[in-house]
Amino acid sequence: MAPILQLRSLVKEYPGHRALDDVSLSIDAGSFFSLLGPSGCGKTTTLRLIAGFEQPTAGEVLLNGEVVNHRQPYQRNVSTVFQSYALFPHLNARQNIEFGLRRRRATEIARRVRDVIELVSLAGKEDRRPAQLSGGERQRVALARSMVLEPDVLLLDEPLAALDPKLRQQMRLELKALQRRVGIAFLLVTHDQEEALSMSDRLAVMNAGRIEQTGSPEEVYLRPGTRFVAGFLGAVNWIDGIGVRPEATRIARAGGSGTHASRPAVVTGSVFLGDCVQVLASLASGEQAVAQVSRELAVFQPGDPVELYWHPADEITFPA
Amino acid sequence: MTLRRWFLLPAWVWAAGLFAAPLAIVLAYSLLTRGVYGGLAAPWTMENYRRLFDPLYGFILLRSLAMAAASTVLSLVLAFPAALFISRSGRRRNLYLQLVILPFWTSFLVRTYAWLFLLRDTGLVNTLLARLHLIREPLPLLYNDGAVLLGLVYGYLPFMVLPIYATLERLDPALVEAAADLGARPWATLWRVVVPLAAPGIRAGSVLVFIPCLGAYLTPDLLGGGRTVMVGNLVQNQFTTARDWPFGAAVSVVLMAIVTALVLLFLRREGDHLV
Repeated sequence: MAPILQLRSLVKEYPGHRALDDVSLSIDAGSFFSLLGPSGCGKTTTLRLIAGFEQPTAGEVLLNGEVVNHRQPYQRNVSTVFQSYALFPHLNARQNIEFGLRRRRATEIARRVRDVIELVSLAGKEDRRPAQLSGGERQRVALARSMVLEPDVLLLDEPLAALDPKLRQQMRLELKALQRRVGIAFLLVTHDQEEALSMSDRLAVMNAGRIEQTGSPEEVYLRPGTRFVAGFLGAVNWIDGIGVRPEATRIARAGGSGTHASRPAVVTGSVFLGDCVQVLASLASGEQAVAQVSRELAVFQPGDPVELYWHPADEITFPA
Repeated sequence: MTLRRWFLLPAWVWAAGLFAAPLAIVLAYSLLTRGVYGGLAAPWTMENYRRLFDPLYGFILLRSLAMAAASTVLSLVLAFPAALFISRSGRRRNLYLQLVILPFWTSFLVRTYAWLFLLRDTGLVNTLLARLHLIREPLPLLYNDGAVLLGLVYGYLPFMVLPIYATLERLDPALVEAAADLGARPWATLWRVVVPLAAPGIRAGSVLVFIPCLGAYLTPDLLGGGRTVMVGNLVQNQFTTARDWPFGAAVSVVLMAIVTALVLLFLRREGDHLV
């Protein structure tokens, strides 16, 4: 499939600060792509360059194989769902959704608006202003307002960050389902690795203005390319340079095993998490490790000598 | 509770002594008769209000309303771009705001006189144009409606700039980006998003310019040269030259009633709060 959006060696410099450094990526039509990284890593800057709010210092943005660097935001067939939603407070939900269609002098505005309102389940709320809508409803209006334009790529800037945790979980599923149904490519920016892992077809992990790794969620989580990626996507025990995720780290009474890679350790404490328990242990080398085990296996007391072991297949190693 | 009431006392004294009492006095004067040598005399009468139906006074009132409306519109047209520019000037915005307020450091009277020196036949503008051989005869820049309008707009422009600036400064820049993102060109963004969201500031500024312009007497007196009589000059004349305090008071009361009615009408729309 031809990529609908390509970034070629994008560089963005601000006075005394390089926000983006040689960022290249390619997004397939109809796919769900996430840019994941800590705050200040350049992911929002990338989004703003694609939308056209800012110009790159170097490099190219291609939409449908065409360089769009010099096109204004209103000339690019992409649309942004802002973190704050940026709904027009003086317009009601329907007028917000119609806004783009009217500016483009589209046809069949009434029907298209009706369809998209149904799609995001906002029927009955059309005449309310943003201030009269809940956080979740506002987000739906923002989504509808962008999706109704059928953009090549829908850009979402931390769209779930403003929602409370329970609603956030639910919206992850809804957003993903919505993307599948409309078939528009979604480019999601987030700092939440669970969000990126659970929704994306592919994702890119960014750090300090660079892309560290691009791949499917499984690839990036199970075979991280760099120590940063491994650490950002989840906790890692670093044991003699080998990385093992806590859920892959097993624990047994000292001398209990011998078949797997293992190390002796001393229990230093435990944290009850409800569905599981994290046992903290100190290795002979002085390194700290965490083993995430089910409740019934968590019978260890601080000071107990134990053995930490794991399947070699679960080891995270980097090509030297 | 009691203590809080006591704290309100100065405000009540202020309002009663400096607002309610003078108002009551003006109202009372307007219902009295002019004495033989000026001053006030019995009996109580509605005659002063009846005199206002004279077409001459109706004309002056309409003129004043038209001048105030024109000043307000002109101020708005000038102030909006200025306010927009200031609100987007980043670190410089405080400097520009100071410049807007700067004229208040000198007396309004002095500043209005300054216009006399600029606009009169031998003034700076005419002299300059003549030296450049652009004109032979001095342009009639003074003592007409245009000069009064200029003086009014000049005097009250800051009252339009500041409230509009206040609303634009609070405007979320993401809304402007969102409009562009949805396909709105700059003009469409301005008309569909920026102006509607600046409406409370535009309304507040319009009220703040319209009211003093409607009652202005200094500017039309100096720059209009007595030919451009506005309702403020009428009031002034009645209290000074004509020595007809009751009629002057009646004109003041009517002026106040009109202003109050217009402002209520204007501000009640959509229930927006002033500033």
